[in-house]
Parts: sequence; structure tokens; C-alpha cells
Amino acid sequence: MLKQIIISGFGGQGGLAIGKNLAEAGMEAGLNVTWAPSYGPEMRGGTANCSVVLSDRPIGSPVFAHPTDLIALNAPSLAKFEADVQSGGAVLVNSDVVSDKVGREDLAALYIPCNSIAEELGNLKVGNMVMLGAYVARTKILAPEAVETMIQSMFTGPKAKLVPLNIEAFRRGAACVG
Amino acid sequence: MGKELWKGNEAIAEAAIRAGCDCFFGYPITPQSEVPEYMSVHLPQHGGVFVQSESEIAAINMVYGAGGAGMRAMTSSSSPGISLKQEGITYLAGAEVPAVIVNCMRGGPGLGTIQPSQADYYQATRGGGNGDYRTVVLAPSNVQETVDFVQEAFDIADQYRNPVMVVCDGLIGQMMEPIEWRPVPKRDLPPKTWAANGTKNHTGRNIINSLFIAPEDCDDHNVHLAKKYAEIERSEVRWEERDCDDADIVITAYGTPARIALTALEALRAEGIKVGLFRPITLWPFPEKALHDLAGQSHVKAFLDVELSSTGQMLDDVRLAVEGRKPISYLGHAGGAMPTVEEMAACAREALKEAQ
Repeated sequence: MLKQIIISGFGGQGGLAIGKNLAEAGMEAGLNVTWAPSYGPEMRGGTANCSVVLSDRPIGSPVFAHPTDLIALNAPSLAKFEADVQSGGAVLVNSDVVSDKVGREDLAALYIPCNSIAEELGNLKVGNMVMLGAYVARTKILAPEAVETMIQSMFTGPKAKLVPLNIEAFRRGAACVG
Repeated sequence: MGKELWKGNEAIAEAAIRAGCDCFFGYPITPQSEVPEYMSVHLPQHGGVFVQSESEIAAINMVYGAGGAGMRAMTSSSSPGISLKQEGITYLAGAEVPAVIVNCMRGGPGLGTIQPSQADYYQATRGGGNGDYRTVVLAPSNVQETVDFVQEAFDIADQYRNPVMVVCDGLIGQMMEPIEWRPVPKRDLPPKTWAANGTKNHTGRNIINSLFIAPEDCDDHNVHLAKKYAEIERSEVRWEERDCDDADIVITAYGTPARIALTALEALRAEGIKVGLFRPITLWPFPEKALHDLAGQSHVKAFLDVELSSTGQMLDDVRLAVEGRKPISYLGHAGGAMPTVEEMAACAREALKEAQ
């Protein structure tokens, strides 16, 4: 099993956090994981992305030209990376921000209304958890319970009250994929 | 012990604190700024001293002063900043003051790029400052090795009273990877009775100095240093060999390219091409004898050296060790692009074809 995922969006959308959550949960599940941010001369309000590898074998390169899957949180990210995704890969798009559609027919396109769901739950910040839920449900690379355990360990002390909200967001994202 | 996900640069700083680093002096530069950032918060909590200096030159001279007083002192930077530190490093070497210096390498020359590179190999292994000197150079290829080596670096520096460099390409500093805080080998170190620390652990006057104005004194000093370097060459050389026992072609690489080479090795072995990997872990002392012996094996037909450098720098050491016994090909990128598995595999196939 080898997943090479690019997660890309505006700074502040939580794309880098989705990647970190995948890496944390993958590590807890006993997989080899790496997380590498792009750190070019980024502009305020510009696009930030990270590369995540989950594998049952030792990981060679933490960066790659052709991801197995893409999570696009804004339109520039979809435009930039769609052509690079490996044939048969999944492209998950935040459909509340991106109106463009995935053009390639050899990719599985999933449109997830992350912001609407987060708003329904009362906190826009959990939009990235919605996307994480959709990705995990779609690819089945991790057991949902493992991610929920990771979410529980993420928020401790005064932040522990955020656990139910994040788990709910994660489950709502998974439900989008069905 | 459980695994924890750490970013390379923050792990470097935490490892140094765990190794008993007393003082850190640094100046921000991408892609290593998280090292001083982490130190600024956490080192004082452990009773240590953090100073953001006015420049890289000031930082290395603060290391010289603190190290000379017997403190465990450290600085970190990235390539252009490490260039600025070279004068201080040669003074440290000349005065035999232990120090740990981390170079999270980015592309050059000049300001170059902030993307990962390995183009400071010459500077690290030949001594970037003036005079005959060597620094021990440890080259980790993942975050686990990075935290292990940073901890060991302090002991190596103290044992030999010599600067030790840990060099990693910018990607290792920026990436996150699971690590374990496993125990690293601790050395039996003598008390620093040479340190300029008043009369804390010695009587009489200690002077930290790299000036030996009389020719015979400077000559004696250089002979003494050369003996020390020879001892380090005998005792500290490290490398890793993977599948070299039956290899037709051997890839030489360190740092991130070495881990990419491992994937290329698996892919080529699946095709039936016998590839091995020879990975220097200490860049100085370079594992010259081990590579020389490998080049003498009849099954080895060719070598492929891979680096994040346009011209090839470790390539010179590979050539010196192989001594013309086998052909050596080169694959290099500078400016931030990583060699791909496919690219490495194609070069290895080509090199082997040419050799046969």
C-alpha cells in the first residue's frame, strides 16, 4: 500500500493540518508516514500545499511529482495539480469554494461541501475535518476509529470540549462519500 | 517507547536540549528557522541560554566564547549563513573548542534558493575556513537519524575538542516523520580542565587561543591536530551498505537522495538488476577504505553517484576511493528538484549497460 497525497488550498483553510492528521493517524496505525510542506516564497493569501506519504514499506522520497490522490481546497490548487494525479486516483474538491469541475475522466471526482457542513455544525474551522472524513471514507486507508482516536488525543485539557464537534465533522464528511 | 511525529528542525532543537546543550546562538534563515524558534521557547525552560544574535558571524563567535568556557554550545543555519560562520569555525578548530553546528542546506551559490540542496559538501568536509583543519560531519537521511546524531554530536565534539557539523538538506529540516526518543550511546568524557572558566575545575590559567606566532609552535600545533584527525578517521567513520554483496552496480548517495535510492534499488531488483547502495553517514571522515574494498569486488561493474549538486562534490571522494577501478556515473540536481526513482533507475541501467 502506497498513498502519495497532495493537499492544497489557501493558507488558513487547514490543508496542512489535514496532512498532519493523516500522518498522525497513519503513524498510530503502524504505517510509515512522511509529511512535507511546500515552502516556496509563498504570498499572503496565496496557495499552500503539503505532500503526505502513507506506506506499509519504508518511504523513499517524501516528495513526488505524481500524487495518487489530490485534495483541492481552492480553485488554483485544482488547476495546478489535476494534470499530475496518477490515473485512477481520487480528487476531492471543496465544492463550497471551487466551482470548477474535474476535467479528467480517468480520475474519481468527489465534491464535498466542507464549508456548508462546517457552518451547519456551528464552526467554520472544522471544514478540514469534513474533508479528512471524506478522504478516509473514500480511500479506506485508515480505520475511521483510528482517526477518531487520533482526534481525541489531539484536543486535550481546555480544548477537550472540541472533540465531539471534530468527530461529528469527520463523520459528516465520511457520510458525503457514502 | 512510542513513536512521535516531529518536524526535522524542531526535532534537532529538542535533541540538542536532551543532549545537555547549555547555550544556543543563532540567526533566522529559511529552511532552518524553526531550530532557533524552538530553542528560544524551550532552551530557557531547561536552564539554558538562547540568544538571537545580530548576525551569523556574531552567533559563531558567541559559540566560540561559550564553548571556550566549557559550555555545550551550538548554532544552526543554512548555507549562506554557514558561509558567514566559516571564520569562527576555523578558530574553533584551531583553538580546539568543541561545538555543534547544524547546516540545513539550501541551494547556492550566493543566496541561491531556499529549496533543499547538498552543495555544501566541499565546505563541510574540506574546512570552509583557512588552515589545515577538519570538522566531523554527520549526514542523517531521515528525522530519526537526525535526532540521534545531534545528540551524539555533542559527545563527539567534547571527546575530541573539535567542532562537529550535522548536515541535512532542507527537506529533512522541513518534513515531519515519526521518531522515537531512543537512548543514544553516551561516551565516557574527561572533565573540561582546559576550559577558561576561572578555577572551577582546575588551578592555574587557561587560555583559549588559535594564535601560535612562533613557527615551531605552530608546526607542533598542526602536528598535534593532524594526529587527532587521524585518530578520528580511525574511530569515527560510519557508513551503511544495502544489498552490496552481489551488486553489479552500486549507487553512492547520502541524505534524502539515499532514501530515494533505496526505492530505486527495490524497483530495479524487482526487474532483476542487481543494485546496491553505499551510503556514507560520516562525510568526514569519509568511508574511503570500505568503498575502496567494494570497488575491488569482481561483481561490482560500475558506480552511480547521486547528489543534490549540479557538479557533484562527494563525487570527488567517491573517485578517490574507487581509484579508477570501476567507471563512475553521476546524477545531480541543484536548485530544489529531487531526483526521481525513475530517473535514478534509468541512470543505473544506462551506467551498467555502458560498463558491460
